[in-house]
Amino acid sequence: MYIIIVGGGRVGYYLARALLNEGHEIAILEKNARFCDILNEEMGSVCVQGDGCEAAMLAEVGTGRADMLAAVTGDDEDNLVACQVAKHKFNVPRTIARIRNPQNETIFKKLGIDVTVSATNIILEAIEKEVPTHPLTHLLTRSDKGLEIVEVRIPAGSKTIGRSIKEVSRPEGTKMVLIIPKDRKPVIPNPNTIIREGDQIIALTTPELEEELRSSLTGI
Amino acid sequence: MKIVIMGCGRVGAQIASLLEQDGHEITILDIDAYSFRRLPPDFSGTALLGNGMDEEVLKRAGIEQADVFVAMTQGDNRNVMAAQIAKHIFNVPRVISRIYDPLRQEMYDTLGLEAFSPTTIFAQLVKDKIEG
Repeated sequence: MYIIIVGGGRVGYYLARALLNEGHEIAILEKNARFCDILNEEMGSVCVQGDGCEAAMLAEVGTGRADMLAAVTGDDEDNLVACQVAKHKFNVPRTIARIRNPQNETIFKKLGIDVTVSATNIILEAIEKEVPTHPLTHLLTRSDKGLEIVEVRIPAGSKTIGRSIKEVSRPEGTKMVLIIPKDRKPVIPNPNTIIREGDQIIALTTPELEEELRSSLTGI
Repeated sequence: MKIVIMGCGRVGAQIASLLEQDGHEITILDIDAYSFRRLPPDFSGTALLGNGMDEEVLKRAGIEQADVFVAMTQGDNRNVMAAQIAKHIFNVPRVISRIYDPLRQEMYDTLGLEAFSPTTIFAQLVKDKIEG
């Protein structure tokens, strides 16, 4: 695939390296001449100095035949514009924007960006997962399908401890996929599986139903 | 009309002052409180410190009741993003933005943003002056 990367900072640098290793053709657009030199010295001529939000620059690196554009600068508004220019002027099939402010996720989606990656959210969730008492952790989100996979922990004092799955009502449209007990092997839940303290329940749900799912599984 | 202006630079402040004289209700936003010195001493509208690309800030500025949103910061991309938030998230009836880069202005114009490029306008103006 031919992939354009806008922004040659740290994220752009490691992304370029990873994509080159996978055998993709890439071009990086970076405003800062010094960053460009570093990239070109290390990876061959992959970087062109210029503003990735400008149509003329994007034309120069052949964006018209690109399969994908990833805008990974540190500024949300620049990433938005780079993706929109790629989409509307060059018909790039897939645009990906890095975002800093998690609030911008819905705005970008609404404005036609195919995929958004919010580093802030990823870091938050990774840390949340390490907090032992945190009752719900997002493991995977497929916002294009409105689905997510979450982990619900059964803390001490949950009203559902000792009850079987069939006795616990769950919101329709959610599915329990796996139960990882504290000190036994993971099991695929069936209606007779008993919920125990410390269980980690992996479930498929939607953002709207996650809170209802959590409260019905823990009874809290 | 209720008008929200983003960016209290020379142009933004001037627009605020002119529109206020005509009796409009103005809220002007800037990320730097020092910019508000450009407003006339008798300005009676609201000067609000905050980033116009932030939904919360826009709500505080009363964007949900605004008739017009004007994006007048120095950054083309900032203007473009704020203008699209105003238009597509808050459905402000009229959204006007400044985009210096003529190519970007042209593209967003075709995407339905009411954008104008001071670069093109001023170059044309100077050309007309010279050629008389």
